[in-house]
Amino acid sequence: MINKQVADAAEAVADIFDGATVMIGGFGEAGSPIELIHALIDQGAAGLTVVNNNTGSGEVGLAALIKAGRVAKMICSYPRSLNSTVFPEMYRSGQIQLELVPQGTLAERIRAGGAGIPAFYTPTSVGTPLGEGKELRRFDGRDYVLEYGLTADFALIKGLAADPLGNVIYNKTARNFTPVMATAATTTIVQVTSLVAKGELDPESIITPGIFVHRIVRVGEPAYESVLVAKGVSYP
Amino acid sequence: MNTVTSKIGLTREQMAQRVALDIPDGSYVNLGIGIPELVTRFVPEGRELIYHTENGLLGMGPSPETGMGDPELINAGKRQVTALPGAAYFHQADSFAMIRGGHLDLCVLGALQVSEKGDIANWSTGAPDAIPAVGGAMDLVAGVKSIYVITQHCTKHGRPKLVAECTYPLTGLAVIDRIYTDLAVIDITPRGFQLVELSPGVSFDYVRERTGARLLPIEEDQRMAGYE
Repeated sequence: MINKQVADAAEAVADIFDGATVMIGGFGEAGSPIELIHALIDQGAAGLTVVNNNTGSGEVGLAALIKAGRVAKMICSYPRSLNSTVFPEMYRSGQIQLELVPQGTLAERIRAGGAGIPAFYTPTSVGTPLGEGKELRRFDGRDYVLEYGLTADFALIKGLAADPLGNVIYNKTARNFTPVMATAATTTIVQVTSLVAKGELDPESIITPGIFVHRIVRVGEPAYESVLVAKGVSYP
Repeated sequence: MNTVTSKIGLTREQMAQRVALDIPDGSYVNLGIGIPELVTRFVPEGRELIYHTENGLLGMGPSPETGMGDPELINAGKRQVTALPGAAYFHQADSFAMIRGGHLDLCVLGALQVSEKGDIANWSTGAPDAIPAVGGAMDLVAGVKSIYVITQHCTKHGRPKLVAECTYPLTGLAVIDRIYTDLAVIDITPRGFQLVELSPGVSFDYVRERTGARLLPIEEDQRMAGYE
């Protein structure tokens, strides 16, 4: 019998190793797996390369992981946001590297990585600083840059509900990068608000099929970044 | 006489209203943050536009009533929004397939500079201490069928934003179709900036003096056609 549920967030992230590449789902706070990120801070892995659209806000979740000095490099499209202070300070003082990627290119690099596509051409960034030094090729009279697929050792993601097989559905715009990240990681770890029995999710409605998911943790009442930031919480 | 100098040209709201007039019924539209967001308020009665937000929603509606929102239903500016009847959620790769694949009809963006060739700079001033952040801007200008810029004609310091060559880091090359400013509506053509319309009370010379490249006047036959 397949049952991918593990006891808690600590067990789910226990084997994340120093220097790992970790994709973290979410666009701002929507879809951010805060409890898994906090468990990763407690676990202690360092020298991580983290892939996320942003760099977190306040001193919780992703921003707390960065503040704890565990992230060597961020791959993202928009590293400054409202209440985002940790990353800018560490970036300016040279404590963290940044690979800035246009948002659609980031999504497609992850999708390609998960789909076994090593590289692709895109018109995005041609003629701009972010296209500099990239291989150019012309198709039908238009220039495109070569971009490489992106994979990860682990993905930390958040869903609304899952069954023991790892089929997942999401809440509204919390879906964002998560389904493609689930496909691109060797080990995908999902925290969900509710766990349901096999067969309870409508097969027509499943967004992430269980083959892409390896561990499930139930977090019944997930925290929201904006609420924690408003309370002045600083993790740990 | 009072001491308040009367403002020449359109307000932000009037600029948004002017753009809204030009968006056909049934268009799929992505609006940038700032003045572009105001466009939704001025869509003429009887037209239905479908708003796209790149973080995964078609059919985006206005902000929720206070306390009625969901922190996981947000727009690309990370503000809470609503989903209208008929809305659809999707993931980021599908969202950018809509953008890059040319499925969206129109994107309305702000700009730091636009060149007479249609190049746009709108993501970075290139300042050495700035944290570089691009988001989806480069994908939008590369992929959406029509790109309109809505911007003040000049910077706060009075420098032209419509220029011969952008000096700020580029977002995209030769991608802009039309510019709506407080002073005028201007098309990008193979011959450069082509005036389409002057804001009420604004003269051609006034706009030309504030434009950083050659501005082609409205041809007489076009002007007449405009009044018919």
